[in-house]
Amino acid sequence: MAKITYIEHNGTNHTVDVQNGLTVMEGAVQNNIPGIDADCGGSMACATCHVYVKEDWFDKINKKNEGEDDMLDQAFEPKKNSRLSCQIIVSDDLDGLVVDMPEKQT
Amino acid sequence: MIKTDALIIGAGPTGLFTAHQLKLIGLDCEIVDNLDKIGGQCIELYPDKPIYDIPAVPECTGEELTKNLINQLKPFDIKFHLSERVDEVKKDGDKWIVKTNKGTSFTTPNVIIAGGVGSFEPRKFSVEGHEKFENKSILYSIKDKNIFKDKTVSIFGGGDSALDWAVELSNNCNVNLIHRRDEFRGAQATVDKVHELTKSKKIDLFTKFQLKKLNGSSKIESIDIEDNDKKVKNLKTDYVLGFFGLIMQLGPIANWGLNIDKKTVEVDTEKFETNQKGIYAVGDICNYPGKLKLILSGFHEGALAARACFKLARPNEKYRFEFTTSSKAIKNRLGIKSD
Repeated sequence: MAKITYIEHNGTNHTVDVQNGLTVMEGAVQNNIPGIDADCGGSMACATCHVYVKEDWFDKINKKNEGEDDMLDQAFEPKKNSRLSCQIIVSDDLDGLVVDMPEKQT
Repeated sequence: MIKTDALIIGAGPTGLFTAHQLKLIGLDCEIVDNLDKIGGQCIELYPDKPIYDIPAVPECTGEELTKNLINQLKPFDIKFHLSERVDEVKKDGDKWIVKTNKGTSFTTPNVIIAGGVGSFEPRKFSVEGHEKFENKSILYSIKDKNIFKDKTVSIFGGGDSALDWAVELSNNCNVNLIHRRDEFRGAQATVDKVHELTKSKKIDLFTKFQLKKLNGSSKIESIDIEDNDKKVKNLKTDYVLGFFGLIMQLGPIANWGLNIDKKTVEVDTEKFETNQKGIYAVGDICNYPGKLKLILSGFHEGALAARACFKLARPNEKYRFEFTTSSKAIKNRLGIKSD
């Protein structure tokens, strides 16, 4: 279990407990947190679960999957610390993770 | 005005199999899709990715699945209206009048929405003021490449469309190619070609840069691009082309008076009918308790919606359930000689 904080573009904070094994995307969707669309349902076929991972966390989480950067090319305003939240698997190590959500997903 | 028993919106796997089911029970149908090809998400998002959960098909790609579904429709004559988006659905007595953005109109008792997660549209730039230059100095697709002759064109993107056009246009215009990272996702041969043309100064390549600002009043005169370290470069340019792939938008479906929740349409599980009589939703776009976004669920939903269409299309006939293995009528429709 990990406490994950999702910050909407307008600054609204949502901190929720997410079970190990789920993805950061699923943590948001299951808790009805706005700002993550996840149109393709986590198959890395779209870029609508795009988040910015806080710098100090970026190197601690699992590395990008092959093809993830290809999808991020198609995200709204990708940055250096952009990730697809469907590709970040939650574990105890991620307790305290903070992700910022972009202004919009499409 | 085209008259049909059922109009299907969306030519993805669910739309295709729903058409098959309609034809099998003796109804005619036509299909509209905003993409320029048949296959929906399967062909646009994952043509090469293997799928492992189609019943009786241990493994197939999105492209193979689409081909097989098209093959299955071969006995039937089905009219496809590709590169057309349905904009309007209006009630007219016990029929629906459906209009597309290209001016095609239909009258039908049954509209089946098999629209996946909506229609595919090009992803646009997000910088301030982009709207006023769109379709003039900013383009997301190219219809006539001759307009760029001897001009400066700034192409954004790292996929095949961006690279192919950079190579093509470098023949007779000045090309800036801008991409947000060093790696490209286009075909290796094209990537090599781009690097070659960059060396010979036919293409000016800027990687790790993104569009920051558009300068100009009635048309674009120059653009500012910014790298990861916030370093800004100004490029003189006549045209800006964006190739960031396609995004899915629910689009006009939201305006048809349907009950919509989180970009999906609520339906019952008997007919897959929406809150509007004669409008059905099947596949990823429909929502009901227990809904699974699987291709196989779309097939089931389409089969039931097709039977529901029969009632409205043939009000004076009674639908009779038949098996393809034994029904003479079905075999006739399939063009199979029965003995």
